[in-house]
Amino acid sequence: MTVAIGPPDSADLADAAADWAAAYVHIPFCARLCPYCDFAVVAGRDEATHRYVSALRKEIAMEPEWRPLRAVYVGGGTPSRLVPEQLGSVVGDLESRFGLADGAEVSLEANPEDWNFALADGLRQAGYERVSFGVQSFDPAVLKSLGRVHTPDQAATAVSVARQTGFRSINIDLIFGTPGETNVSWRDTVDRALALEPDHLSLYALTVERGTALSRAISAGAPAPDPDAQADAYETAEALCRTAGLVHYEVSNWARPDHGCVYNLITWAQGEYVAFGIGAHGHRQGIRPRNLRRLDAYLDRVEGGLSAEQGAETLDPWGREVERLLLGLRRIAGVVPGRGGEALLASLRGERLREAGVLGLAAGRMVVLRPLLGDEVGRAVLALQPGER
Amino acid sequence: MNIRNFSIIAHIDHGKSTLADRLLERTGAISAREMREQVLDTMDLERERGITIKAQAVRLVCRAADGQDYVLNLIDTPGHVDFSYEVSRSLAACEGAVLVVDAAQGVQAQTLANAFLAIEAGLEIIPVVNKIDLPAAEPERAAAELASVLGIDPAEVVFVSAKTGGGIDELLERIVRDVPTPLQRPDQPLRALVFDSYYDAYRGVVCYVRVVDGSLNDGDTVLFTATSEKHQATEVGVLTPRAVRVPSLGAGEVGYLITGVKEIDRIRVGDTVSHAGRTVEPLPGYQDPKPMVYSGLFPADGEDFERLREALEKLRLNDSALVYEPETSRALGFGFRCGFLGLLHMEIIRERLEREYDLDLVATAPSVAYRATLTNGFVQEIRSPQDLPGADQIDHMEEPFLKAMIIAPSEYVGTIIELVQTRRGVMEHMQYLSPERVELIYHLPLAEVVFDFFDNLKSRTRGYASLDYEPLDYRVSDLVRVDILLNSQAVDAFSTVIHRDKAYQYGKRMVERLRKLIPRQLFDVPIQAAIGSRVISRETVKATRKDVIAKCYGGDVSRKRKLLERQKEGKKRMKMVGQVEVPQEAFILALQADGDE
Ligand SMILES: Nc1nc2c(ncn2[C@@H]2O[C@H](COP(=O)(O)OP(=O)(O)OP(=O)(O)O)[C@@H](O)[C@H]2O)c(=O)[nH]1
Ligand code: SF4
Ligand SMILES: [Mg+2]
Repeated sequence: MTVAIGPPDSADLADAAADWAAAYVHIPFCARLCPYCDFAVVAGRDEATHRYVSALRKEIAMEPEWRPLRAVYVGGGTPSRLVPEQLGSVVGDLESRFGLADGAEVSLEANPEDWNFALADGLRQAGYERVSFGVQSFDPAVLKSLGRVHTPDQAATAVSVARQTGFRSINIDLIFGTPGETNVSWRDTVDRALALEPDHLSLYALTVERGTALSRAISAGAPAPDPDAQADAYETAEALCRTAGLVHYEVSNWARPDHGCVYNLITWAQGEYVAFGIGAHGHRQGIRPRNLRRLDAYLDRVEGGLSAEQGAETLDPWGREVERLLLGLRRIAGVVPGRGGEALLASLRGERLREAGVLGLAAGRMVVLRPLLGDEVGRAVLALQPGER
Repeated sequence: MNIRNFSIIAHIDHGKSTLADRLLERTGAISAREMREQVLDTMDLERERGITIKAQAVRLVCRAADGQDYVLNLIDTPGHVDFSYEVSRSLAACEGAVLVVDAAQGVQAQTLANAFLAIEAGLEIIPVVNKIDLPAAEPERAAAELASVLGIDPAEVVFVSAKTGGGIDELLERIVRDVPTPLQRPDQPLRALVFDSYYDAYRGVVCYVRVVDGSLNDGDTVLFTATSEKHQATEVGVLTPRAVRVPSLGAGEVGYLITGVKEIDRIRVGDTVSHAGRTVEPLPGYQDPKPMVYSGLFPADGEDFERLREALEKLRLNDSALVYEPETSRALGFGFRCGFLGLLHMEIIRERLEREYDLDLVATAPSVAYRATLTNGFVQEIRSPQDLPGADQIDHMEEPFLKAMIIAPSEYVGTIIELVQTRRGVMEHMQYLSPERVELIYHLPLAEVVFDFFDNLKSRTRGYASLDYEPLDYRVSDLVRVDILLNSQAVDAFSTVIHRDKAYQYGKRMVERLRKLIPRQLFDVPIQAAIGSRVISRETVKATRKDVIAKCYGGDVSRKRKLLERQKEGKKRMKMVGQVEVPQEAFILALQADGDE
């Protein structure tokens, strides 16, 4: 039984997650690098998977004891490039090190082209019960421009295989607003995703990150994503999801009741998590450590018995309050205003945001009524001074 | 004492300052070690731009062929039309003028303008053709043009190369021979003309004087006739070019006078200095230079207002042509409405304020001064669009006109006439200076000339046309104020007074520019250009629809915060105009002159 019982946008759930503990494990291996990706990833380094898993296990063993985990999230990169034994050993280690809470969510990311019965079944045996597929689109042309290698049919098959092997919760990731994608194509992609009856849907606007191949191509004259087209796509999807009975619970996330993503709920609630692997970020007791981003450096250090931590960020109390708002306001459930929220509501910028219908106050909670304009609110929060009222 | 006082005058860049270098060098005023190109151009901006901005006086001593020593007081003048008042002032302190013409370019507009000034001032003119070393030089042709302008025999023209030094000795001889000895009446009561002044942080105001009658001695108690201020001459001296103290300046001599006065406004350039207690007839003074263009200068950071005030005060100490008065703009806050001699002058002042005083400035659209005759009979000067009363109170308006002189190769006459027509010009006169070159005299509205006329003229004539102008009169004109409204609120910084025929063009251009410069906001922002309540152009900046980071990058939450933090810093440079956030640069970019007409 999952810990995320109830509607995913419930305020109680949103707030409760602040006290939960999670673990994040990063698996950086990918078949090739997608042009828009700026995660800590490596391509063509599959020979290192074995060493990497050992290093992960060592890192877990070095981590001080902690409380039982409500969520384990194995993300990437492409975790599905590893074999179930490897992925299982990591979960096993986490469980024996920290313990798993009753109904803990154990989740991994997978690419459709890797997915098959044997893998799915093995992962189920190893304790995984939630899977998130990087489907991105059902339009072959869009998949191609995103540099993805799977076919729409592979994506559909992957979902049904997961279903048949008993995955309790299935997510589909889609990307919208790729230059060249039409509204018709996007509508079709969403329709086809919804037809697979996923428990959870993540819809991300294609974002041009600095230093990526996509960003270089755009500098060289390739078309950039159009924010207005992305807004159209978002609104289209929002309506389709609503009709399909999916509940919007964060800027980019929708889920059926009882299927809110526990790990994500924890991060948005400013909850705590330990993190392992390259580029992984943890959060405990107000400290946000981050791991080395380069694979070889990571392997060398961990194999040498050293910490993989590259640095850490510690915020002062006001900084944490600002962070709580920045994260919490991404949720449809919003936040309890608190010190920072009160200051925002009292500020001139806060007033303008309310007038413009972007920011609202309902049932004692502060909410972003137009999630697509969330960063306007975010900047207003950052502009607040600690003493400001 | 044998004295010769003369100015070097010419069209811009014809080599005045370089010629002065050679004269300084040849007379040993400056050692080879201290010598550098255009040594009299001492200001940073003069050196960077390679032009003279401020006239410079220097005293040389030379032994002529007759074996006698002569004191030469030379004044190097600026060539740019913005600073022609410096030329007039300098000429008043001299008996002669060395009129220089570039051998490759021949007579140009400022050659003529400056020649007329010298003739009007009754000066002896020594015609010089310079740059004869240039491969493109046509010394004979230049000499012929010069001779015809001055009505002299081409044989009288001196040929020099200020670069190589060729012909300099001959020029010195001609100066000694032709520039009249000043009338020296040492027994008369003192009369000295203040022909320039500058401010020195240590010594206070330093006056450049030309002693006309009597003598000015160290320690004298002097009276500034116009201001009736009495001061002691704490120092008198000559510039060699280094300041050298002397006990006395005699009749006919040029030098400097220091009285310990610290406030430049207490000394008036053009004033007559006499001995206290003696009543003298003041010398003909100068008219204060009249600003041609006005522009509002505002500190980008409102906190810098006081610093801007101090900086303007200091600059004014050495630049009496700069005028300013406080101005308030709803969009830009507190600043100053400043008057300038032209766009170059404006640019120089802005640059000096920004560089020497480390100020970040926003300037409003430059504008000329109009006149409004009100229905109640009052005449009001309109230096800023804000000054303009409501249309119902105005009987009629007038705008300043110029007399403009254009000299160009005759093949370009057609394109020039075309250009001038679009600028509402009226041709007064056209004359062939030679079969190849034409002089055109036009009456033109100042507002059509000061901004980008010259750039257009140059590009139409591949740089071969030259332009000079002088204020003429005010003429009745159909002027309107165009307001630019953001979200229905007028932004005073963008308003302009303009001829009705040009209003639509201005409005459309501003509105289009602003649509590109103003970022999308939470709501649609209409941008309108309007005359009164009549909208003549409009655009809309559509509301932002999407402004959110899609993803929270796994557990890396600080990354999102940093991204927003950076964006927020960008927003700091925004000014609020009503509910609309306008980037600082938008004010600068929207008002920038454009070459795309
Ligand atoms: N070849 C050549 N170049 C010269 C000669 N005299 C001056 N120049 C060059 O012409 C340019 C302008 O010279 P300046 O002496 O600054 O001219 P100016 O008349 O003082 O200019 P403004 O003060 O700006 O009016 C410089 O690049 C000089 O080096 C000359 O006799 N021969
Ligand atoms: S598969 Fe995913 S993690 Fe790997 S490069 Fe592509 S987008 Fe990045
Ligand atoms: Mg010069």
